[in-house]
Amino acid sequence: MSNYVFRMFGGSPMQPLQDHMAQVHLCASELVTFFEAVIGQDTARIQEAQASVVKFEHEADKLKKTLRLSLPKGMFLPVSRHDLLDMLTMQDNIANKSKDIAGLMLGRKMVLPESIAPLFLTYVKRSIDAVAQADTAINELDELVETGFRGREVKVVEKMIKTLNQIESDTDEIQIQIRSVMFKIETDLPPIDAMFIYRIIEWVGELADLAQRVGSRLQLMLAK
Amino acid sequence: MEYAYIFIILACIFGFFMAWGIGANDVANAMGTSVGSGAITIKHAIIIAAIFEFSGALLAGGEVTQTIRKGMIDTASIASTPELLVYGMLAALLAAAVWLLVASYYGWPVSTTHSIVGAIVGFAAVGIGMEAVMWGKVGTIAMSWIISPVTAGVIAYALFMSVQKLIIDTPDPFASAKRYVPLYIFLVGFIISLVTMFKGLKHVGLDLTTFQAYLFSVLIGIGMALISKIFINRIKHEPSEDKDFHYTNVEKVFAILMIVTACAMAFAHGSNDVANAVGPIAAVIGIVENGGEITAQSALPIWVLLLGGVGIVVGLVTYGHRVIATIGSNITELTPSRGFAATLAAATTVVVASGTGMPISTTHTLVGGVLGVGLARGIGALNLRIIRTIFMSWVITLPAGAGLAILFFFILKAIFG
Repeated sequence: MSNYVFRMFGGSPMQPLQDHMAQVHLCASELVTFFEAVIGQDTARIQEAQASVVKFEHEADKLKKTLRLSLPKGMFLPVSRHDLLDMLTMQDNIANKSKDIAGLMLGRKMVLPESIAPLFLTYVKRSIDAVAQADTAINELDELVETGFRGREVKVVEKMIKTLNQIESDTDEIQIQIRSVMFKIETDLPPIDAMFIYRIIEWVGELADLAQRVGSRLQLMLAK
Repeated sequence: MEYAYIFIILACIFGFFMAWGIGANDVANAMGTSVGSGAITIKHAIIIAAIFEFSGALLAGGEVTQTIRKGMIDTASIASTPELLVYGMLAALLAAAVWLLVASYYGWPVSTTHSIVGAIVGFAAVGIGMEAVMWGKVGTIAMSWIISPVTAGVIAYALFMSVQKLIIDTPDPFASAKRYVPLYIFLVGFIISLVTMFKGLKHVGLDLTTFQAYLFSVLIGIGMALISKIFINRIKHEPSEDKDFHYTNVEKVFAILMIVTACAMAFAHGSNDVANAVGPIAAVIGIVENGGEITAQSALPIWVLLLGGVGIVVGLVTYGHRVIATIGSNITELTPSRGFAATLAAATTVVVASGTGMPISTTHTLVGGVLGVGLARGIGALNLRIIRTIFMSWVITLPAGAGLAILFFFILKAIFG
């Protein structure tokens, strides 16, 4: 015997989505330790930090799979199921990108030129700020359900998304500065190394881009 | 009439069996949102259900009982053969009770109301003749099955929106909750007592004028609001609990409201669903006591309502607590503010339906209420498949109840006729 009225209530996907984002944030944050180690050229610490990134990415993956399985068709949600699954993919891409950055830099034993090192660290930190801000905004999802996606709470979240966009444009500016410094010193570097540094610059920028897109998706959910 | 006592005894046994089934299975549905939101414990739910199901049955169960008893069959057509109605009512009771038992065994979500209405219409149409069924009235009942969930949905939507406007979407939701929740409690007490008193409490020895009914309802509402205010004032704001979820403290205030709403729901369920079991008993007693004559005027004996109420409570205590316990052991995202909106909407709809003598499905009405809150984007996830199963079940229940009733009707006719 079971209770039908009670069985109507499916598990809300909001908390799992928040948990996933928290895990992604944890994964991306590990990049700060990783870059500090790279700049300090501390091989043991580099490996350790890369292993952490990989571990956290795996855990985020597990959360992603559980959430996907718990969202079968026929669930009536306060937001579109499509938007929700898209959001999950974008969040997960942040963790994937973090893993790629750490993996590539470890694999190629990359060294950052001293002239860009401090700026690069600022750049990484600012990108992770964007991820952190996306995490903060996503964390409001259960409050949004409580308020029925309207009123004050919507304004709070919209403000958070605005801040997120601001942080993302900060990273764009830092990227321009790093690129201009790189342009001056690139001829002194082994060409292939320079090429890969450019690729890492791009990828770190993508972290902030992805975080911003998570924010945009959230904004779409508010507007439904 | 031959076998008069045997008929009454059989009616009481079948009716009690059915009331037991309602208590064992259906009460858990009525209490689902209350226990699921975590506002009341399983133990409290059982105590609330026992007290309020019983009082709902006794105080407000009369009208629906009359409908089940004599609202759907044109007794003029069988004036010369009243025993047919006795066999039919016994068959309908047995059919509905057996169908409930089978459905519960397989875990199908069937409505007790649909089973008994299907059974009565079935035996009347086949056993007596198509002209014996008052199709107009039956049509109205069928319409009410569509209207009641929709009404509950609309009320739930409106209640939820008012909660958003007055409490949640304010600078200090906790203070707003403390201010407005007693108002909602007043509303619960006022509506439930007004509908109950309006329909007259003559059968319990109270005859009130319209003015008195309004006056007493207002007083009951105010009394309940004041008592709840004491409990609400005891709730201390704990800022640390709002860290993960900003509305934890606000929901604590709503939990008080949810308790009151749970009482209203149990009362509403008792007022509507007990009739399914006692209506046919009343019909059998009416015929037998009048020496075989079918009189439309005979009053409803109060002990029949008592029997139904006791049956539900026995069902709840012997079996229903296990079904309620399965809810309590699960965690849901259903918070008291949502649970209250859905449940109060359903309770109001059911009590009004009871007052007008409409036998509706409490479970379906509650589902309508929950959907109303869901449409206001207030619930994290609703399983539409379960909802479809619930609404599909009545399509199967009507012919099943009818078929079983026809079968039992001819068996009883062969034995006693």
